Amino acid sequence: MKALLVCEYREGKLLETSYELVAFAEKLGAEKAMVLIGSESEAPKVNGTVYLADAGKYGEYNPDVHKKIVLAAIERENPDYVAFVHSSFGWDLAPRVAASLKAAQISEIVDIVDGKFEVGVCNAKLRRTVTPKSGKAVLTIQAGAFSAAAASGAPQLERIEPADGASALEFVGYEPAEKKDVDLTRAEIIVSAGRGVGKKENVPVIAALAKAMGGELGASRPVVDAGWVEHSHQVGTTGQTVSPKLYVACGISGAIQHLAGMKKSDFIVAINKDKDAPIGEVADVLVVADVLQFAPALTAMLQK
Amino acid sequence: MKVLVCIKQVPDMESRFKANSSGNWYDEADLAFRMNEYDEYAVEQAVQLREQLGDAADVTVLSIGPDRVVEALKKALAMGCDRGVHVQDPAVSLKDPWQIASIIATYAKDKGFDLIFTGMQSQDRASAQVGVAVAEQLGYSCATTLVGFSFADGVVTAKRELEGGLKGVVKLRTPALVTCQLGLNVPRYPTLPNIMKAKKKEIQAIPVVDILKEEALAATASVYPPARKGGGIVLEGDLNDMASQLIGILKEKTAVVR
Repeated sequence: MKALLVCEYREGKLLETSYELVAFAEKLGAEKAMVLIGSESEAPKVNGTVYLADAGKYGEYNPDVHKKIVLAAIERENPDYVAFVHSSFGWDLAPRVAASLKAAQISEIVDIVDGKFEVGVCNAKLRRTVTPKSGKAVLTIQAGAFSAAAASGAPQLERIEPADGASALEFVGYEPAEKKDVDLTRAEIIVSAGRGVGKKENVPVIAALAKAMGGELGASRPVVDAGWVEHSHQVGTTGQTVSPKLYVACGISGAIQHLAGMKKSDFIVAINKDKDAPIGEVADVLVVADVLQFAPALTAMLQK
Repeated sequence: MKVLVCIKQVPDMESRFKANSSGNWYDEADLAFRMNEYDEYAVEQAVQLREQLGDAADVTVLSIGPDRVVEALKKALAMGCDRGVHVQDPAVSLKDPWQIASIIATYAKDKGFDLIFTGMQSQDRASAQVGVAVAEQLGYSCATTLVGFSFADGVVTAKRELEGGLKGVVKLRTPALVTCQLGLNVPRYPTLPNIMKAKKKEIQAIPVVDILKEEALAATASVYPPARKGGGIVLEGDLNDMASQLIGILKEKTAVVR
């Protein structure tokens, strides 16, 4: 069994998540080769073949061109599986490769169970195992679900080129993240507000708890999208990935994207009305309560 | 300018879910269904484009599923889409993303849509495949995960959301398909006059067998609740008791609360 792992590369750097694909291939028991649209100096430190196309020539991510490069590597390698990280790169490129091969795609794999691929359903409230029916299959793995393999080894580089460089899409440029008024990645304690706080007017209840604990205020995506809390406080794959000593999730049900951004915290407390909320899966302590009643009680006791 | 918006109806994600008796999807009994959140942004963007272009634009909204999805179509029509298409399929949840994409592509082929909007994923299955697969099957250019959209002179300028707050700007020539991320715009609430007006708009019904040409490429083996992580402490009961218990645990287990 062979797996072709598609590295992610941005602005001159190999993304570390590429090593999660190596761990996934090991768990799958597959022989691996990798493909990188990047530079030789940034080639992943792994043993085995790395197909390399020059980023200097093909620029930043262009799905049409990158698809043709991955297809060229597939033609050489003839893998059973083609794997990506489920990221803005992977979920964009994988379906294009799958469609070109007319292969099954299985998205955001969290585990391998009895040789089947396990994925989440309904914000991970249920799980589903999926099997491909096609000869080859395209897979994307959830970021953080497979702990990155150590970067050790010397790749054997093989140059590849796309069939042609034509594209109906033009990359214009990057827009940097808004300047952060708070750097959550350095916080020792984070107290985050989720949809369960109900409305913007209730956010100060959570902010007061954060202050009483000596921590920073965090937030889940829906709370930021609703404009209750600034984006710089957002925890999750599209916000900041954090690993504080203590993380307190207030009224956060635990969508995959949020869990991926905080589950490496040393100690996790969840305050939630719903005992079955997915946040309970990662919580060291689950307080089953309405956060708007419990947070003030806890704040008052901490201030004593 | 012909525009297509593809929407899905999904359960309220705050619901409790359990596997159905066949163990191949969730049990739909007692669930409240609504328009997929990502698709609300897709509908809003299509309607804003229609407002920009006036009567030179015509927006079709399409949904696949049992009869209940007509409610989602009516909402999209009340938000400002011109016409609806209901692909009737009571067994939609058992189709894989490739088949769903092929149904849409078969419908859209030969209709000359210049632009297709979809959500970047559904809230229940979350494969993030269907939009891109439709574009591939139709040979359209495609950008995903939009948090910014503008259109001028046949060119779409799309702002894609990447990781950690970074965004990437791309330009695409039409015909194109874009998938919409949360926060792209502010989806409007349908007003009562527009709800009334929407009742007169046409919803074409097409039995799925007429336009499904593809076999599934992947199959669901089973659906089940996640295993509980052992060791987590669950506190229930009186607020003050729980607060003092929690403080005790934090003092013992973490170095940061004293």
